[in-house]
Amino acid sequence: MSAKISEFIDLWGADIWSAIIETFQMVGISLLISVLLGLPLGVLLVLTRPGKALDNKILFRLLNAVINVIRSIPFIILLFFILPFTKFIAGTTIGVKGVIVPLVVFTAPYIARLMESALLEVDRGVVEAYEAMGIKTRHIIWHVLVRESRSSIVLGLTIATIGLIGATAMAGLVGAGGLGDLAYRYGHLRYEVDVMYVTVFLLIVLVQGLQSLGNVMAARLKKD
Amino acid sequence: MIRLENISKAFQTGTTVTKALDSVDLNVEKGKIYGVIGYSGAGKSTLVRTVNLLERPTEGKVFINDVELTGLSAGKLKKTRQRIGMIFQSFNLLKTGTVYQNIAIPLKLTGVSKKEIDSRVRKYLQIVGLEDKIDVYPGQLSGGQKQRVAIARALAHEPEVLLCDEATSALDPDTTESILSLLEQINQEFGLTILLITHEMHVVQKICHEVAVMENGRIIEQGPVVDLFSRPKTPTTKRFVQSLFQDDVPESLVKKLESKGQIVTLSFVGESSGKPALALLSKNFDIYPSILAGNITQLKDQPFGRIVVHLEGEDSETKRAVMFLEDRGIFVEGYVPEVNAHVS
Repeated sequence: MSAKISEFIDLWGADIWSAIIETFQMVGISLLISVLLGLPLGVLLVLTRPGKALDNKILFRLLNAVINVIRSIPFIILLFFILPFTKFIAGTTIGVKGVIVPLVVFTAPYIARLMESALLEVDRGVVEAYEAMGIKTRHIIWHVLVRESRSSIVLGLTIATIGLIGATAMAGLVGAGGLGDLAYRYGHLRYEVDVMYVTVFLLIVLVQGLQSLGNVMAARLKKD
Repeated sequence: MIRLENISKAFQTGTTVTKALDSVDLNVEKGKIYGVIGYSGAGKSTLVRTVNLLERPTEGKVFINDVELTGLSAGKLKKTRQRIGMIFQSFNLLKTGTVYQNIAIPLKLTGVSKKEIDSRVRKYLQIVGLEDKIDVYPGQLSGGQKQRVAIARALAHEPEVLLCDEATSALDPDTTESILSLLEQINQEFGLTILLITHEMHVVQKICHEVAVMENGRIIEQGPVVDLFSRPKTPTTKRFVQSLFQDDVPESLVKKLESKGQIVTLSFVGESSGKPALALLSKNFDIYPSILAGNITQLKDQPFGRIVVHLEGEDSETKRAVMFLEDRGIFVEGYVPEVNAHVS
């Protein structure tokens, strides 16, 4: 048994390890950029609503429409659909570098929606109390809206990250590698069932771990 | 201190326009506690929210300290709002912040220095009596304690005016008492002008100097609390005063008694509530007064009494008796002159 395991590690260890690294790179970088784009978009979606601080019907509708359009497209199609855009932004359409752009385009609107619903949960009264104290809108955004919804934000980001890991499985199609690609190419196309099992197992561990981490953090941040 | 001039506010829902406020004038003098009372939907919440322009009036002007708020730029308005404290029915504290943070964060955001913040938080927490809860989250506090934190948060900006939007409506009677005492204490110690709105007559009775009664977006009666209590003019005001005195006399009894004399309500204010007017009545006139219901209560600075009395006797004697009572500063309500009382 142990001989079999060490044989497997000798044979596939390096490939699996680099796949893990690639997945982490893709998820980490695109998550970071997606949050930087998605959080402000979520805030805009909340504040441009009728009756809110930056009430702006046109911008609100435009944002909604754009986000809905992007979110309608499955990642595997989006990946190819925006190739020219990817080339323009990243200079390449292949490898980890080439897949970050579509991953961000895919994830940022999703995060914007998750942030929107998290921020909408914040008690309107607290925002009003801060307005009554003469606090600037940008301070209210950070110190009231984001602060009060941070527990929901963390849960939302956990969901988004897990969705992102799923999307990276398709990144192999543009040669970016990763765990999903490994399972597909070796496990499926080459009938190396063991590789399939191991990568699936690793993905399960990864997703479970992330969800638990997210839950613990959200619970800690929640004070009521 | 606070002056509202001809304030109107219309809300549009679909095609219908509802007027929440209709040409309201209000003047609150410095250092006073001013109460606005009304049933729900009367427009009182909208009124208090127009004072700091959380609700912008469609017409009219708001002045605080002779500065016209309605004419200020957004930036200047923010600066002015820092000098107007406000507390709410639902407290509106940050759930994610400790008591300390709840008071300190707004101070930090309005540019108060770190050292100053620390001393102010401690000072005002001591005033509201919550020094020992400084590191506790609002979730672990009772309603009354949360409102105390909210009051400390408002006071920490050292405002000139405090607006209270149904501040005690979510609290139980005992806690309401203690919050009202705190507001009264703040008013006396810091000379803070307070404008509060409520639907409870009890709140007005306990701490207000002056009061306005609202109905359908209009102020229908206003003046010193004592006047309003002793001489209510409108049915709504009468109902509010009535709510404090459980002096309803059973219908069957009224019918029976009205056949031999009149039933009147006597209101005593301050001085006159100490004298034995009723006892003198039967001594001086051919009248047999019997008390059907009665109550004496404490207004902000003086006692106020109200009794329902049946006056049995001739019409002419009753008339003289009523005049005698009125001469002694007693307000008589319900007396009908010149009716032929059916004396048996």
